[in-house]
Amino acid sequence: MSHRYHRQIDVPALARVEGEGAMHVRVRDGAVADVRLEIYEPPRFFEAFLRGRRHTEPPDITARICGICPVAYQMSACAAIEDACGVILPPGIAELRRLLYCGEWIESHVLHIYLLHAPDFLGLGSALALARERRDLVERGLALKKTGNDLIDVIGGRAIHPVNVRVGGFYRVPAVAELAALRPRLRIALDLALETVAWVAGFEFPEFEHDHEMLALVEPGRYAIESGTLATTGGLTFDVDRFEDHIIEQQVPHSTALHATLAGRGRYLTGPAARYALNHRWLTPLARQAAESAGLGARCVNPYRSIIVRAVETVYAVEEAIRLIDAYEPPRSAAVPVPARAGVGRGATEAPRGTLFHRYELDADGLVTSARIVPPTSQNQSAVEDDLARFVATRLDLDDGPLTAACEQAIRNYDPCISCATHFLDLRVDRG
Amino acid sequence: MASLAVWKFASCDGCQLSLLDCEDELLTVADQVTIAHFLEASGDVLPGPYDLSLVEGSVTTSADIARIHRIRDISRVLVTIGACATAGGIQALRNNADVAEYASVVYARPEYLDTLATSTPIAAHVDVDYELHGCPIDKGQLLDTIAAVLVGRKPALPAHSVCFDCKRRHNVCVVVAHGEPCLGPVTRAGCRAICPAVGRGCFGCFGPSETPNGPAQASLLQITGMSEQDIARFYRSFNVEAFAGLAGDE
Repeated sequence: MSHRYHRQIDVPALARVEGEGAMHVRVRDGAVADVRLEIYEPPRFFEAFLRGRRHTEPPDITARICGICPVAYQMSACAAIEDACGVILPPGIAELRRLLYCGEWIESHVLHIYLLHAPDFLGLGSALALARERRDLVERGLALKKTGNDLIDVIGGRAIHPVNVRVGGFYRVPAVAELAALRPRLRIALDLALETVAWVAGFEFPEFEHDHEMLALVEPGRYAIESGTLATTGGLTFDVDRFEDHIIEQQVPHSTALHATLAGRGRYLTGPAARYALNHRWLTPLARQAAESAGLGARCVNPYRSIIVRAVETVYAVEEAIRLIDAYEPPRSAAVPVPARAGVGRGATEAPRGTLFHRYELDADGLVTSARIVPPTSQNQSAVEDDLARFVATRLDLDDGPLTAACEQAIRNYDPCISCATHFLDLRVDRG
Repeated sequence: MASLAVWKFASCDGCQLSLLDCEDELLTVADQVTIAHFLEASGDVLPGPYDLSLVEGSVTTSADIARIHRIRDISRVLVTIGACATAGGIQALRNNADVAEYASVVYARPEYLDTLATSTPIAAHVDVDYELHGCPIDKGQLLDTIAAVLVGRKPALPAHSVCFDCKRRHNVCVVVAHGEPCLGPVTRAGCRAICPAVGRGCFGCFGPSETPNGPAQASLLQITGMSEQDIARFYRSFNVEAFAGLAGDE
């Protein structure tokens, strides 16, 4: 059985993740010598070509970083530019953004739960294989996902790369009746989301716990989505405008995604588990109750169980959408003016996969002179690799096939978005 | 049953996601075709050849060039999906820049990267049977194209401009009524004129229409107060290479 003491597991192309990545695990003398989550998605250099663009353009341009979470890019970009220009949005526009964002949480979480992650727990290669056995389950997921997409479509004008978002607000705000028309569908979606929590809570989860520090936006009084300040489970707190002091990115040879760490603290985790740990008290009673019934507790440190957290957050996003629609009064104007001025602005919002930071520097003409984007997947990369190393170490008795499958599943726990992760800027070497 | 493969090059995943976003039709499609290679959706991969390959993304590495030739060899019909695959995408902004400088701005150690100086459309490397434009593509066009290939007819893909669809939708013209800059007169239809519908000018997601009138469009944009630089910048986004002739970049 010497192969168990010297072996190499290679997954050249990860399936059911967004973007292109590979995984390499090297075992020497019966111990894990090296684990690499290799991101070979080619770089697209967003931070470079954002320079020289008008301050109104980053929301549309950066949306193209990710087809799964374009709203997150638009929201963080708008927040950063409005910060640079010293504009604070009126509450009505801010709430409409939150409603749009709820649509993306629903669409993205349900995509991951049903189409990418659940097949792992059922021993199937895809949701299409699941549909051959239990078409009703996949149809439930697709119906729920569609409700999220329709919400984005109504407010954003298009489900993928919405066209109605602008710096300062929107081009057009929906009429009360347009949003009210979504309400019956959202009521049904709430039931589907609750059924989803119960369904995924019944999966079998491997024993595994991590001890990562977790980071998310917090906003006392509600579950933070599109605004807030940063907090970690280790007690660190900081404002969005200090993020560069705390989040350090480094390039590693095996990845076109930069690795982020917390200054002086090391690897950390952002995303649903982090949000849940820091903000679960602000969930709606129904979402909290669903989490309790699913056995989540105050923290979820088993990454496999993150699928339950996504389902709970879906319940929350649906309920929050209903609440926002019920309270909706069209803002007097669709957008507030955002006159350009020279300055630096930072924005952070909670993308489905975790905190997404944007930073822009503008000149007096309103042209972008530098841009920096720190997406969740690059922040989580070190934590994922750490999990994989520890996970593999306890499962070296498995044959290569099952071990490879287990590692792939371990990566999917984090819903990595590799398209997102492949664009960052280390401003320290900016010679622009 | 016919087999379907989905391939990704440099892109945001949004166009292949459009297939998964066909929530009402996805399972019906899966009943009609064998989804043989679609990594974003399935770990079950069947060997080629494939009856229909959908290709997303642009060619930006030397490995990509070899891969697209292999894909062409094992595909009966090859359809490119989206602005990256049909025009090089927004990452083609590097084509008129110094890519080494770009890399140095984004990465501390650019020597770790394998990247070409250009981002090019799939058709620059292999024969393409049909092109679906858009950033992202339209779900309806995608479904129609899959259906068309299955029955052996040509897909119905418009080549006229957004203006036609805008009128058909009874939108108020944003240029005439509000003086908003709009690329609708020179942009290919397919999006259902969604931008003018929210009071915003078209910004060219679907690339140029057939026989666009560049000089007339330039005067129209100047009337809205755009400078020459503004006009050039307006064209330089998701379809920068396809619009190059109109933007005066040649």
